[in-house]
Amino acid sequence: MKLAYWMYAGPAHIGTLRVASSFKNVHAIMHAPLGDDYFNVMRSMLERERDFTPVTTSIVDRHVLTRGSQKKVIKNITRKDKQEKPDLIILTPTCTSSILQEDLQNFVNRAAGESESDVILADVNHYRVNELQAADRTLHQITRFYIEKAENQNTLDLTKTKKPSANIIGIFTLGFHNQHDLRELKRLLNDLGIEINQVIPEGSSISDLQNLVKAWFNLVPYREIGLITAKYLKKKFNMPYVSRTPMGIVDTAECIREIAIIIKNYGVQIDCEQYIDQQTRFISQAAWFSRSIDCQNLTGKKAIVFGDATHAALITKILAREMGVRVLCAGTYCKHDADWFREQIQGFCDQVLITDDHTQVGDMIAEMEPSAIFGTQMERHIGKRLDIPCGVISAPVHIQNFPLGYRPFLGYEGTNQIADLIYNSFTLGMEDHLLEIFGGHDTKQVITKSLSTDSNLNWAPGGLAELKKIPGFVRGKVKRNTEKFARENNITEITGEVMYAAKEAISV
Amino acid sequence: MLNLKSENITFECETGNYHSFCPISCVAWLYQKIEDSFFLVIGTKTCGYFLQNALGVMIFAEPRYAMAELEEGDVSAQLNDYKELKRLCLQIKQDRNPTIIIWIGTCTTEIIKMDLEGIAPRLETEIEIPIVVARANGLDYAFTQGEDTVLAALVHRCPKIQPKKKEKETLKTVFLEKKDQEKKANHEIKSLQQIVLFGSVSSSVTSQFNLELKKQGVHVSGWLPAQRYADLPVLNEDVFVCGVNPFLSRTATALMRRRKCKLITTPFPIGPDGTRAWIEKICSVFNIIPVGLEQREKQIWDNLQDYLELVKGKSVFFMGDNLLEISLARFLIKCGMIVYEIGIPYMDKRFQSAELQFLQQTCQHMNTPMPRIVEKPDNYNQIQRIREFQPDLAITGMAHANPLEARGISTKWSVEFTFAQIHGFTNARDILELVTRPLRRNQNLENLDWTKLVKLVEN
Repeated sequence: MKLAYWMYAGPAHIGTLRVASSFKNVHAIMHAPLGDDYFNVMRSMLERERDFTPVTTSIVDRHVLTRGSQKKVIKNITRKDKQEKPDLIILTPTCTSSILQEDLQNFVNRAAGESESDVILADVNHYRVNELQAADRTLHQITRFYIEKAENQNTLDLTKTKKPSANIIGIFTLGFHNQHDLRELKRLLNDLGIEINQVIPEGSSISDLQNLVKAWFNLVPYREIGLITAKYLKKKFNMPYVSRTPMGIVDTAECIREIAIIIKNYGVQIDCEQYIDQQTRFISQAAWFSRSIDCQNLTGKKAIVFGDATHAALITKILAREMGVRVLCAGTYCKHDADWFREQIQGFCDQVLITDDHTQVGDMIAEMEPSAIFGTQMERHIGKRLDIPCGVISAPVHIQNFPLGYRPFLGYEGTNQIADLIYNSFTLGMEDHLLEIFGGHDTKQVITKSLSTDSNLNWAPGGLAELKKIPGFVRGKVKRNTEKFARENNITEITGEVMYAAKEAISV
Repeated sequence: MLNLKSENITFECETGNYHSFCPISCVAWLYQKIEDSFFLVIGTKTCGYFLQNALGVMIFAEPRYAMAELEEGDVSAQLNDYKELKRLCLQIKQDRNPTIIIWIGTCTTEIIKMDLEGIAPRLETEIEIPIVVARANGLDYAFTQGEDTVLAALVHRCPKIQPKKKEKETLKTVFLEKKDQEKKANHEIKSLQQIVLFGSVSSSVTSQFNLELKKQGVHVSGWLPAQRYADLPVLNEDVFVCGVNPFLSRTATALMRRRKCKLITTPFPIGPDGTRAWIEKICSVFNIIPVGLEQREKQIWDNLQDYLELVKGKSVFFMGDNLLEISLARFLIKCGMIVYEIGIPYMDKRFQSAELQFLQQTCQHMNTPMPRIVEKPDNYNQIQRIREFQPDLAITGMAHANPLEARGISTKWSVEFTFAQIHGFTNARDILELVTRPLRRNQNLENLDWTKLVKLVEN
């Protein structure tokens, strides 16, 4: 057992439902007790969905507990088949149903015989995988099911499209800024003269899945979902894939180059260097921003990054490599992908934190006192408590992270959005600083978020007055360092002079 | 003229495929109500994910509740439940030092048959904190019934007799008691009438009720739950009890069977009509003729006039979610609305008997047809009926609200009625505030076209 107040990644069935409900005309039936259909609320509220979420529950109640589901699941499947006529029904086990150990596969087999729709059982283990891993697996499972079906029916057409084309794999519902990213990726590929063959799972129809193989290559923008599918297609049909996330100017360029090499292998040349140069210098403002006087002020500022593997790694790289910000610590809750994460951020940050315990992240932030945090909604709240600004860069998120306006994180427009996000987070700190310098509206007590113990140290009025002059966001640290210095030198009363001496001794 | 028989209430029961909150959500309001408690939900990531998303911002405020998240080792019984729970409870004791720990059993603990009721007493003596077990799981209950299971469990912790005062105080008390007795003797007998109320409402609502009953000469001797664990009321065969919420049938049963309390069955104090009926019924049990209630009710209705004009003649459809439906429907009918359907997760016809009768009377009085009451509704069928009826307002869960709005059906989230203050005379306005919000929004956007915002309007 684990004492837990909060979690970064949800349970496995959420991942399966996210994939299932992203497809068109696919219905998921959860084998779950009453109340486990909270996914519908999230989708309806966060995504502000206009349509009913195609997820229903075959309720596990006391009767099911004592006698088994018997015909109930089958009845619910065949009923849904008649009501909504979906192409596919996915029976989704939950943590409850997985310990009931009912033979769900048997129900699926029997229901499939009576239904017009295809019926499959989502193959995920609740106690071993989380939301993201489950999404990755389910996407693979569905893709494979339809490709194999086409193979068996001899309808699989392996001819490639005439023009260069790509599948985008891994855009799905409740994904962090996924809709905006998709639009940006489409624009990017279009600029390069590459057609979009298919986007899965968002908005795609399962009857089209067999056409995936017609694309020249696959693009997997996020680390968390799509990779298993891309690897499967690579292994089975030798389809190349690009898994570099086009986030930030450097990685976007790298991603484009990888695409160009693949296309070249098919015998088509794209002048990607000129495109990259043009976009980087004039379309994206990020490269210019890095050189502008504003960004100069960010040099050496300290930040902490935490999020899913994709976003945390890339934001770390952008901060360190493209803006000159010092990343004290970069971390992810994707423990299953820790090796990849470490490799990505090597050399771009001082410390790595792999954890899914938010208190550990909170403690680290409190200890390091960065000028800004880039994290999830949880880090935003930690920042609020510690008075440190935070830019949200990754799920889990709230409704305000599903903006109506165009806010991609990927591609060249994405670089602009990220630059704004980063700059705005820091400017708040700057504003604070200016206010302090000009004796702004500081009515707060001197001591905020101090971790030091109230020992025998005594702050003289002169010392306190000096301390007040230190800008808020470094004040805690100055206070601590001064106290440390005083303790080491057996000074009991801290005056202004002691503060200066401390500053000289330990340059803050 | 309608024959009386056709006016009888008809109950239907559907498939039970409906959306509702998991009953563990009760920790959200109960941990705030019982100030010195700590709620430990023993379940899986699924439970945790629900709590964290449903309760949103509360998670960030260092709440006094947590998950004991079961891992594979727990489910396959490789780990010892007792040891694991002891470890976590000691940690809670050290970090938070609560006066009582409430374990919420979930579906998983039911299925793996974790013996929470057996472990709790052992652990309780070891760590010296009372541990109460409530099985608020989705296998058996819906949403607000979670509170019912917690309160029913708390019944066993209520003292049977007034705890003895410490010796030091005894002398003083004896002296005071003499004085009190003299005082009481001068008083009318009715001032001795005592009652314990059950149901978790905000502290301002409790004081409103205490005051309201005091005016009639009834003394509220305690509430279940109380603000603090130590203040749980005395419960024995001399005590009259009365519920304030329609979903507390198990608690009522526990009070009657375990403590032989005398249950007063009344309509619930929701809306001015309900509140008046509630007070009147309590008074009648004590042979008190209530004073000034009629004027009080009238005055409240008069104050609601602006809202009543808005709702009059409008139709409502309750999809069913939190068991407040019967009382709310009854109040809205009294407000002049037409209710097509009352969906409800579970209908205890005995505990709600007075409320059902009151609903029937209200329909006759307002000359509106009796709505159909649908137990364990089927949301899919209900959506078809909503399409057919085109009600002015659908009171529904959040899963259906946006899709219905996009199809031109105004909605109100049912959860808000659980979290808002809706009890008593004073809060009647708040109910209508909620009910009329979509109607007022519609008024404000009247001249803006585009009410149906889906590409394909299915039929």
